[in-house]
Amino acid sequence: MPGKTLYDKLWADHVVYTEDDGSALIYIDRHLLHEVTSPQAFEGLRLAGRKPWRTDRNLAVADHNVPTTDRDQGIADPISRLQVETLDSNCAEFGITEFAMDDTRQGIVHVIGPEQGATLPGMTVVCGDSHTSTHGAFGALAFGIGTSEVEHVLATQCLVQKKAKNFLVKINGQVGAGVTAKDIVLAIIGAIGTAGGNGYTIEFAGEAIRSLSMEGRMTVCNMAIEAGARAGLVAVDDVTIDYCRGRPYAPKGADWFMAERVWRELHSDVDAVFDKVIELEANAILPQVTWGTSPELVVAVNGHVPDPILETDTVKQQSMVRALDYMGLVAGQAITDIAVDKVFIGSCTNSRIEDLRAAAAVAKGKAKAASVKLAMVVPGSGLVKRQAEAEGLDQIFLAAGFEWREPGCSMCLAMNADRLEEGERCASTSNRNFEGRQGYGGRTHLVSPAMAAAAAIAGHFVDVRQWPVV
Amino acid sequence: MQFPITNIMQAFTLLDGLVVPLDRANVDTDAIIPKQFLKSIRRAGFGPYLFDEWRYLDHGEPEMDCTHRPLNANFVLNKPQYQGAQILLARENFGCGSSREHAPWALEDFGFRAIIAPSFADIFYNNCFKNGLLPIALPAATVAALFQEMVDGYHLLIDLDAQQITTPSGQTITFEIDGNRKYRLLNGLDDIGLSLQHADAIAAYETARTQRAPWLF
Ligand code: SF4
Repeated sequence: MPGKTLYDKLWADHVVYTEDDGSALIYIDRHLLHEVTSPQAFEGLRLAGRKPWRTDRNLAVADHNVPTTDRDQGIADPISRLQVETLDSNCAEFGITEFAMDDTRQGIVHVIGPEQGATLPGMTVVCGDSHTSTHGAFGALAFGIGTSEVEHVLATQCLVQKKAKNFLVKINGQVGAGVTAKDIVLAIIGAIGTAGGNGYTIEFAGEAIRSLSMEGRMTVCNMAIEAGARAGLVAVDDVTIDYCRGRPYAPKGADWFMAERVWRELHSDVDAVFDKVIELEANAILPQVTWGTSPELVVAVNGHVPDPILETDTVKQQSMVRALDYMGLVAGQAITDIAVDKVFIGSCTNSRIEDLRAAAAVAKGKAKAASVKLAMVVPGSGLVKRQAEAEGLDQIFLAAGFEWREPGCSMCLAMNADRLEEGERCASTSNRNFEGRQGYGGRTHLVSPAMAAAAAIAGHFVDVRQWPVV
Repeated sequence: MQFPITNIMQAFTLLDGLVVPLDRANVDTDAIIPKQFLKSIRRAGFGPYLFDEWRYLDHGEPEMDCTHRPLNANFVLNKPQYQGAQILLARENFGCGSSREHAPWALEDFGFRAIIAPSFADIFYNNCFKNGLLPIALPAATVAALFQEMVDGYHLLIDLDAQQITTPSGQTITFEIDGNRKYRLLNGLDDIGLSLQHADAIAAYETARTQRAPWLF
């Protein structure tokens, strides 16, 4: 019998019951909640007279609607405010732990889970949010769910799921200087497309992935969903174990040693068989910039906006034409000639301490271009913010003319006051460049934190590998 | 333990519906229902804002009255011949992006009961079944043929039980759907009630897992 993949192991460990058609009831170890996708789930529980199966596996935080300035003034938009207040009252009513807006632990749900040790290796982690794939960086089976499923998890601590297929994405060798986890994952999406991972769980492996910090691995897994895979995974190793040790929700004492022994088995067997495998060479990956309205529409920074004429697939060709029109770009334009109006450094993809350090290293001692209207840095959590301030990163950003904000989703999806105006172009470290994502008519280019900071200073995209870092 | 099973959604059996062609690939859930409408704490009322940025010429905000907003006459859903459509025909990777269940809520509230495309994003596909909406994945060539033969007033007959679509010319196309999902949709059954029938198994699992992973409990 062939060996098992990491995904096979995680799946088998959580099956409660299997139906005749192969769908299974699987147990959920950690349920994270936020204000946008939970109100109707709590309402459903109330209407059916149901109680949560157990409260201690749930952790809630408001992140999408929260303001990133003047927190003490509360939320100005009454509809946003009601949604956040609804989360507060639901958590109070059902006995669920919530990090409220004024708690230093508040932040983006996918940043705080790992930071608190609420996400641990070997767990199943779900949240009513597609970027739950982030937590797969810990060798945890983590995926986004809809609101009906949020209600289902609350009521049963389980979900009905069908097992996905196994997809191995291997990045051989090491990336060059200036090339980050974000560039790796954008290159992967460019290679396999936004539907490439549909129906699969992707395990990211290879030397370049092993060499990433936990922050970098989270960036990669975060965007597994942009490749169509509900879940991304990275095997557990010393980097994982070291990150988890001592976190508030992590096991302590004898429990820790037992957990560590179990966690070290969380990798695919050498003879495991995957349904699909692709391998990319790390040294061929350069800093990436998306040019269109889907993350797969991406090129290297030294490249040009592609020409739809050269695309043979007519459906793809039409999408490219529409994307160019929406983005206000012309085929053949050099990426480094594209000027930006705004810069956003943040989101669950790139708002952790390492991301802020990378951006600060580029911005240090320099100034934002006068043509750039706004460059904002939004830390992923209150604790990331505090850490960055302790390292003086906030001062570097402020001196360079960047804004230093309070934690939350912010301009990743512009549900709060932070947004692009119609026609504005943004270098963004977030994960989606869809039409209107960062504001009605806004134009998004996805890049790494270092690339975003460099664009803020130069006023246009630049190859960060040629950037003089002091 | 015994828990009641309730019928919470509309059961899906036979549908004879008008088809509207949305000739785009990678239609994402941000496009299906833009984020400003996600601020609602209710489950209903999203239909008027379905495809808001494509359907209207102005910028939509939650709780806006849509009856007097300027329509984009070029957008297919606004064309007179497609009014009352219940079946949406689209290209690959429909429903990609955000997990928002507001997307199927909006499609359902607008009046759609089925979506036909070569492929769907996983979370969206899953969410449809929770809301009485039937996503049908057909080979790309079959979908392309349907786009080809579309004429005004084009109807399709969808028989979920037989897993069959009949075209106006009498051609039949079979489709795949897993048994469990089909059963729940045919009967409009409440997933939570069904899962709670296994409450004893869940409790037994928790006990066993407490031995294996005591740090979790
Ligand atoms: S940061 Fe963006 S992608 Fe991440 S959870 Fe918030 S809105 Fe979603």
